[in-house]
Amino acid sequence: MLQKVNKMLLMVIGAIVLYVLLKIMITIGVINPYWQRVLFYSLIVIVGALGLGIIYGFTGQFSLGHAAFVGLGAYSAGYFSKTFGQYGVLSFIGALLVGMVFAGLMGFLIGVPVLRLKSDYLGIATLGFGFIVKVALDNADKLIPDLGGARGMMGTPQLASLEWLFFIALIVIILTRNFIFSTYGRACTSVREDETAADMVGVNTFKTKLMAFIFGCTLAGLGGGLYAHTYPYICPGDFYFLQSFDYLIVVVLGGLGSMTGTVVTAIGWAFLLEGLRFVLGPQFVDFRGVIYALILIITILVRRQGIFGGKEFGFLVPQVRRGKPDVALRG
Amino acid sequence: MLEVKDLSVFFGNIRALHGISFDVKEGEIVTLIGANGAGKTTTLRTISALNRPTGGEILFRGEPITGMKPHKIVSMGISHVPEGRKIIGNLTVMENLMMGAYTRTDRAEIQTSLEEVFQRFPRLKERSRQLAGTLSGGEQQMLAIGRALMAKPVLLLLDEPSMGLSPILVEEIFNIITTINQQGTTVLLVEQNAYMALQIASRAYVLESGRIVLSGDSRELQANEGVRAAYLGESA
Ligand SMILES: Nc1ncnc2c1ncn2[C@@H]1O[C@H](COP(=O)(O)OP(=O)(O)OP(=O)(O)O)[C@@H](O)[C@H]1O
Ligand SMILES: [Mg+2]
Repeated sequence: MLQKVNKMLLMVIGAIVLYVLLKIMITIGVINPYWQRVLFYSLIVIVGALGLGIIYGFTGQFSLGHAAFVGLGAYSAGYFSKTFGQYGVLSFIGALLVGMVFAGLMGFLIGVPVLRLKSDYLGIATLGFGFIVKVALDNADKLIPDLGGARGMMGTPQLASLEWLFFIALIVIILTRNFIFSTYGRACTSVREDETAADMVGVNTFKTKLMAFIFGCTLAGLGGGLYAHTYPYICPGDFYFLQSFDYLIVVVLGGLGSMTGTVVTAIGWAFLLEGLRFVLGPQFVDFRGVIYALILIITILVRRQGIFGGKEFGFLVPQVRRGKPDVALRG
Repeated sequence: MLEVKDLSVFFGNIRALHGISFDVKEGEIVTLIGANGAGKTTTLRTISALNRPTGGEILFRGEPITGMKPHKIVSMGISHVPEGRKIIGNLTVMENLMMGAYTRTDRAEIQTSLEEVFQRFPRLKERSRQLAGTLSGGEQQMLAIGRALMAKPVLLLLDEPSMGLSPILVEEIFNIITTINQQGTTVLLVEQNAYMALQIASRAYVLESGRIVLSGDSRELQANEGVRAAYLGESA
């Protein structure tokens, strides 16, 4: 128990030190505003990607529409903030909650009919859902002019500072860790590995998949909410199929079932995207797609289990993994 | 404790079970023996609700359980050690055992069960941090049984626990099954190894192509000419 607390404490202290370092570097200009944006983006990707990590990496449910849930979160949170923005921080928090609830609710509505089916129907359904969301957002201005439709939405207060992004990402990492190493998290892993085996120990596999899917979509919605408060202009194209693919790449590259992998790859990914922009120059910037497809192919050929292959940094691993019974069961 | 009445199972057009009936009484070890493809696994899977029957009824402690969901069956007290073990390779031994207790919420008692399992299988305790996928076949079988016991079952369904094990280990596993039974768990044992199964069971049913062709006292069946010829590897 003592060890458990110490580890968590260590992680939090480490995170605070990291935050202070980042803050100093931003303040004295070592990290210029451009790279600061990239840093912010990587923190948002962490939140969204951990969501997909739970859905696909840990529970094995293939979702091809993750960005659509991010988009729903971004638009609903953004719209909420635009409307109630005068309340500052309170409306920001409210907006994030709205984004999470909305995306989670949509996850629920899709999950209930689709997750009963075994196999890959979720992939197809979420792919279709991605298209629907795109079309809906493109035409949303016909119902609510403020959403901007295909022209995109502007005017969401830009409240997402380093503090918010950093500590929300940290909280999400801690929450995800606690979930994954809980009884529920192990149920998710069992479902991924062998649904029949999960059935046999008494796991309600449908409920487990649904819960994981809703949790993952909620995180996508949170990522979206942060996105809307980080970028003054959002448009339906930001949340389309290719972006879903980005999240998928992050989760697969990092290693399915590795939180560490997802977090590290999310950061690497955001910086790679921008780095390539410089390396390739404006003429070849579209070749980025080719390059990351190549990276994915090479990873799958050379290291199919992903960069982290299901492993975790020690400080993310609690007791049971180390062979002690965790009596911290469901309650 | 368990009554199976006129149970039929189809896979598409193929009929795997032709209306079989049998029962297991409290405290017994009952074995279901038969050749490959006789329908033994299908029978156990249908009891666990992993297969849907097309006809017939299953009663557990007098209550019909046909049509329930698998997780409900587990929480009612039926644990299934499946053919091929089906342990979760990417979880540690400890995590697999804790998964076995998934339907339970009584923390202190789960701890007791865990200690009991470790007492029964000291090997699992030594390896509690190891990923279950890296265990040997015999250790995996112990883990599969240990995991089932973590649910504190009233009725234990065992599907070919001797499969792929050395004779010594088979002996050991069967001793353990006997002890588990003596300590109060009713057992329905499916086996190819009819010799061993008949040794520890009180009653037996012989399944052939989805039909029960013989049943009775284990000792009687051991003496039965047909059984000796077909399942005990002796010429009639
Ligand atoms: N999912 C399935 N789809 C189609 N046929 C199946 C399925 N499961 C089992 N069967 C068929 O049902 C019959 C009974 O199979 P079952 O697995 O119950 O046999 P068994 O007695 O357990 O054999 P073994 O000793 O080899 O394990 C076999 O003919 C098998 O091919
Ligand atoms: Mg079988």
